[in-house]
Amino acid sequence: MSSNESPMAKMSMREGFGRALLEYGGHNSKVVVLDVDTSSSTMSKYFADRYPARFFNVGIAEPCMVDVAVGMALGGWIPFAHSFAALIGLRALEQVRTCVCYARTNVKLVAGYAGLSDYKDGPTHHAVTDVANMRALPGMTVIVPGDAQEAGRWVPVVAEYDGPVYIRLSRAATLPVPNESMPLRIGEALALRSGGDVALLAHGAMVGRCLLAADRLAGDGVQARVLELHTVKPLDGQAVLAAAEETGAMVTAEEHSVVGGLGSAVAECLCGRTGATLERVGIPDTFARTAMDADQLLDAYGLSVEDICAAALRAMRREKQISLKEG
Amino acid sequence: MPYLPEAKISELEALARQLRLDSLAMIHRRQAGHPGGCLSAAEILVALYFHKLRVDPARPLWPERDRFILSKGHASALLYAALARRGFFPVEDLECWGELNCHLQGHPDRLKTAGVDMTTGLLGHGVAIGSGLALAARMGGMDYRVYVLLGDGECQAGVVWEGAMTAAKYRLCNLVAIVDENDVQLDGLVHEIMPLAPLADKWRALGWATLEVNGHNLRQVVEALDTAEEIHDRPTVVLARTTKGKGVSFMENQARWHGSAPSTEQYQRAVDELQREPHG
Repeated sequence: MSSNESPMAKMSMREGFGRALLEYGGHNSKVVVLDVDTSSSTMSKYFADRYPARFFNVGIAEPCMVDVAVGMALGGWIPFAHSFAALIGLRALEQVRTCVCYARTNVKLVAGYAGLSDYKDGPTHHAVTDVANMRALPGMTVIVPGDAQEAGRWVPVVAEYDGPVYIRLSRAATLPVPNESMPLRIGEALALRSGGDVALLAHGAMVGRCLLAADRLAGDGVQARVLELHTVKPLDGQAVLAAAEETGAMVTAEEHSVVGGLGSAVAECLCGRTGATLERVGIPDTFARTAMDADQLLDAYGLSVEDICAAALRAMRREKQISLKEG
Repeated sequence: MPYLPEAKISELEALARQLRLDSLAMIHRRQAGHPGGCLSAAEILVALYFHKLRVDPARPLWPERDRFILSKGHASALLYAALARRGFFPVEDLECWGELNCHLQGHPDRLKTAGVDMTTGLLGHGVAIGSGLALAARMGGMDYRVYVLLGDGECQAGVVWEGAMTAAKYRLCNLVAIVDENDVQLDGLVHEIMPLAPLADKWRALGWATLEVNGHNLRQVVEALDTAEEIHDRPTVVLARTTKGKGVSFMENQARWHGSAPSTEQYQRAVDELQREPHG
C-alpha cells in the first residue's frame, strides 16, 4: 500500500466498535462493559464516559474480568468484556472455557489488537492463535469483522444473541469492505463478489485484500468469487461447499496462524466431501516481528495481495492437474 | 440478630452428621470423590442451606434467591447432599452421582442440577464470579446476597486475589466468602506447600472485613454469617478453621484422603465413628 492517498477505511475497527457500543448502550440498558486498563485502547472509553454506572475497570487482571463478567451474566446482564486478544484469548482461556463456554454464560468477549495489528509492539502483543483456541471450544461463537462499519454493526447482533461470543477486532483501519447493505447474521457468509474460477474465502483485514486480489485476477482473465466468512464458528458450511462445488479451487486468507484458524476450519469442512483444491494464505507457524506499520507486517508474513493471487493460481493449477489425471 | 435456640443448633448438628454420612456413602458407592474436603465443610454447608440462604427448592431459578458458589467444586458430594436434604431433588438421586446420564455430575454443573448456581471444578473462580453476581444484584436494585465457599489451598491461586480486590474496590457488602481453612491440600499441608499465613491479614489488607470462627462450631458459623449481614461498607470473609476429614479419625488431617475413596471396610469404620460421635 504505497499510494499517497490511503485506501484504508476512514475509521479503525476498534473505533467503529467503540462508537457502536456507545450508541447501542443507550438503547439496551442491560449492556454492561468491562475492561482491564485498556479502555482507551479498546475504545470502551466511549461507553465508560457516558454510562459510568455500567462500566467496570478491574485493572490488569484478565482472568478476573472474565469471571466477573460471568457473574454479571448469571445475574441477567449482558457483559461486553474488553481486552487485547493476546490476553483475553490466552491468559484468560481457562476462564473462557470453563465459566463461559462450559457453564454457557452470556458473555461477549471483545478481543482488540488482534492478529498482527499491534505491529509496533511485537509478538508479545500479537494474537495469531486466538481463533484456533476459541473455535476449539464447544459452544463458542467466533466472529471476525472485515472493517470498522461492519464491526459496529455486529454490536446489536452479538448483544441480542443468547450465548458466548468472541469478537476479534483489529487495532488498525483495514481496507473498506462494501457490505453495508448486507444484513449480518451469525454463521451466514457474505457473497461479496461472484466468480466461477476460484473462490477466495476470508475474514477480518484479509477481506479487503481478497477483493483487491480478485480485481487483479480479473485483469488476467480469472473470475474470482469472494466470500466473507465473518463467522469462523459456526462456519457457513453450506456456502463453503457451494463455492467448492462451483469453482473447484479455493483459497482461504486470514490474519492468523495457518494452524487452526479459518484455513483449518474450511479444510475440516471440505475434507471428504469435495474434490476442490485448497490453498491457505496465513501467517506461517512462527512468531512475527515488529514493523513500522501493520500493512508492511502483513505483507512480510505472506498475506499480501500478490500472495493471495499466487495462491489462487496454484489452487486452479492443481485443480486442472487433478481433473486431467481423473479425466 | 436473633439468638438461635439450642434445639435449633442441635438440629443443624444432626444435619451436618447426615451430610457427612451422605457424602461418604456417595464417595464409597462411586469409588471416587473427595472425602476430606466434604467432611471439613459440612457445618458450613448446613449453616448456609438450613439457616442462611434465601432459597426455594420449588423455584431453583427464583431471581431473588441468594446465590451460593461452591468454588471448591471438588466437594460436590457434600453440595449435592445438602441440596437433596433441602429438597431440590430426591435424596435417592444421590445414588446416581457421577453416572453418565445422572444430573449430578462429578463436579457441579449449573445447567444439569437444580439448585447449583454456578458450574465449578477447577479452583480459583468463585470470588471473582461472586463479585460479578454481587455487582449484578446491586445494579438491578436486588437484595439477594452472594456466598462463596473456597478452600485454603485454593487461596494460592492468583485470580482469587484479583477477585478479592475487585470486591473490595466496589465495596460489595452483599458478598461473603467463606474459607474452609483445613490446612490440607492434595500434595500435603497448605502451610508447607505454599504458606498463606497470615491469611486474615491478607484479606483485611485488601479491604475485606474478616471474621474468624471454628468451622465445626455451628453456632459460631451461623453467627458469623449473621454478623456479615450487618457489615454495610465492604465484603466479608469468614475464615473457618476446620479439620480435613473431620469426624473420621483415620481421615483427619491426612492429605491422602483429599481425593481417594474408602474401601468397604474403611467405609464401615467411618460410618460407625460418625454415628457414635456426639454432636458438636
